[in-house]
Amino acid sequence: MNLTLKVWRQKDSKSPGRIETYAAKNIPESASFLEMLDIVNEDIMHAGGEPIMFESDCREGICGTCSMVINGYAHGGQRGTTVCQLHMRHFKDGDELTIEPWRAAAFPVVRDLVVNRSGLDRIIQSGGYVSVRTGSAVDGNALPVPKKNSDLAMDAAQCIGCGACVAACKNGSAMLFLSAKVGHLGLLPQGQPERHRRVLNMVRQHDQEGFGNCTNQYECEAVCPKEISSTFITRLNRDYAVASARELLGAV
Amino acid sequence: MSTAAAADAPSMRAVPPNRLIAFYRSSIGKKWIVALTGLVMVGFVVVHLIGNLQIFLPPAYINAYAAKLKSLGPVLWLFRISLFAAFVLHVINTIQLSRMNRVAKGERYVKEATVQATVASRTMFYSGLILLAFIIFHILHFTLGWIPTENIHVMDYAPEAGNAKDPLLHNVWKMLVGGFRNPFVSVFYLVSMGLLCMHLSHGVESTVQTLGLRTKPLARPARYLSWGLGWAVFLGNAAIVLAILFGFIK
Ligand code: HEM
Ligand code: FES
Repeated sequence: MNLTLKVWRQKDSKSPGRIETYAAKNIPESASFLEMLDIVNEDIMHAGGEPIMFESDCREGICGTCSMVINGYAHGGQRGTTVCQLHMRHFKDGDELTIEPWRAAAFPVVRDLVVNRSGLDRIIQSGGYVSVRTGSAVDGNALPVPKKNSDLAMDAAQCIGCGACVAACKNGSAMLFLSAKVGHLGLLPQGQPERHRRVLNMVRQHDQEGFGNCTNQYECEAVCPKEISSTFITRLNRDYAVASARELLGAV
Repeated sequence: MSTAAAADAPSMRAVPPNRLIAFYRSSIGKKWIVALTGLVMVGFVVVHLIGNLQIFLPPAYINAYAAKLKSLGPVLWLFRISLFAAFVLHVINTIQLSRMNRVAKGERYVKEATVQATVASRTMFYSGLILLAFIIFHILHFTLGWIPTENIHVMDYAPEAGNAKDPLLHNVWKMLVGGFRNPFVSVFYLVSMGLLCMHLSHGVESTVQTLGLRTKPLARPARYLSWGLGWAVFLGNAAIVLAILFGFIK
C-alpha cells in the first residue's frame, strides 16, 4: 500500500519545528506502524536525508517507549494498542496520516517525534515505590490480599508509563498515569505504610512538573494502550483528600 | 532489628511549610474546592427553582414565600454570604485551573482529535463566564432592581402575602411577570439557562468524580444524574420565562 505521511520534523528542542510531507511506498499490510516508518526512513536515508527520529524498544507493547500521535490519536486510535503493535492493515491504501510527537508543556520535544518524558520518572521517584528492607524471601502466601484488591492492583500495574494519557489530555495532565501508580501500591498491603505520604508527594511532583489537572473528560482512558480506567483517578482524588486531611491534622 | 522501616526514604518525609496552603495550591486541592463550591451552588439552583415554580400557583404563594425568606433576617444573610463565598472561590479557582491547563498543554496538535470528551466538558470555562455575566445581571435585575424593565422592583400592597402589619411588600409575582414581558430580558435568561444546563450536565458528573465517588458501577448513573439535573433546571426555569413571555401567566 501507498500512503502520504505528514510528519513533524524538529531539529532539537530549541529549533522551531514544522510538518513535512513524505511518500510511504510499497508498504506491506503486515508491517507494524513502526516498521512502516523504518521503511520510509530507509528511503529518506538513501536519498541523503535525515531519518525521522522516533522512539521504540520492545516493539511488543510492553515497555512504553514508542510514542506518537497519528491523525490526532495518541498511539493511532486502535483501542488498547501501542503504536508498535498497530498494524498497517488498519489503514487504507492512499491514506494521508499526520504524525506528531506527544504534546504537553511537560514533555519538551527532543527531536522530531521524540519527547523528554523524564517528568514521569521524577513522579515515580517522589513516591512510586515501597521501602522494605530486603531479607530472605517471605512465603508467598504469608501476606493475605483480598482478591478484589489484587485484581485492581494488577489492572493499575499494567500501566507502562508511555505518556499517551498526557498526550491525549486537553490539559496535558498526567493524572491517569499518576493514579495508576498511586492506586497500584495503595491497594496492596506493602503499600500501606507510605500510602498517605506517597500520594501527597506524587501529586506535588506532578504539579511541579507542569502537568495540568483533570477536567474529567477521560480522553486519557480512551487512548491508554493498557486501558487503565479513569476510576483510578477517582481513587486518586479520594486518597489525596484523605492524605491531605491527615497531613493537616499532623497524622502523616 | 529486621522490621520493615516504613517511610524511610528521605523524599517521603518532606512536609510543606504550610499544609493548608499546599492543599489549596495543588491541582487536586483546587479541584476539590471547585467541586464543593459547585455543589453548594447546585443546591442553591435547585432550591431556587423549586421556590420559583410557585409562580404557577396563585400570586399569594410566591409572595408569601418571598416574605418568609426575607423574614429570616440573619439566617438569610448567612446563606447569602456562604453562597457568595462559594461563588467567588469557584470562579477564582476555575479561572486559575483553566489558565494552568492551557499552559500545561503547550503547543496544540496540527491535527487534533477528540474521542469521548463532551462539548459541555470542553466549554465549561465559557459557559461559566457567561453564567458569571448572567448572575451579575440577575442580581441587578431582581435582587437590587436596578435594571429598568417594566414594573420592576415593585413595592406595593400585597395582601396575598397575608401580612397585615407590613402591607408594603416586595411583590415578587408582579416583579417576575413584569420582568419577563420584556423579550430581550427573556431571551437572555433563556440562553443563560441553556448554558447552565450545559455547565451542570458536565459539572454534576464531574463533582461526583472529583469527590472520589465515581466508582465503576456509579459511572453511568453519575452521567445520567448530571444530564437529568441539567435538563430539569433548564426546563423548569425556561417554563417560567416562557409562560410569562407568552402571556400564560398575567
Ligand atoms: C450558577 C452558577 C454555577 C454553578 C451551579 C456551577 C457548578 C459547577 C459544578 C458542579 C462544577 C463541577 C465541579 C468539578 O469540576 O468537579 C463546575 C465546574 C466548573 N465551573 Fe462552574 N458553576 C457555576 C458558575 C460558574 C462560573 C460563574 C464560572 C466562571 C468562570 C464557572 C466555571 C467553571 C469551570 C471552568 C469548571 C471546571 C470544569 C471542569 O473541571 O471541567 N462556573 N461548576
Ligand atoms: S516499543 Fe515497547 S511498547 Fe511500543
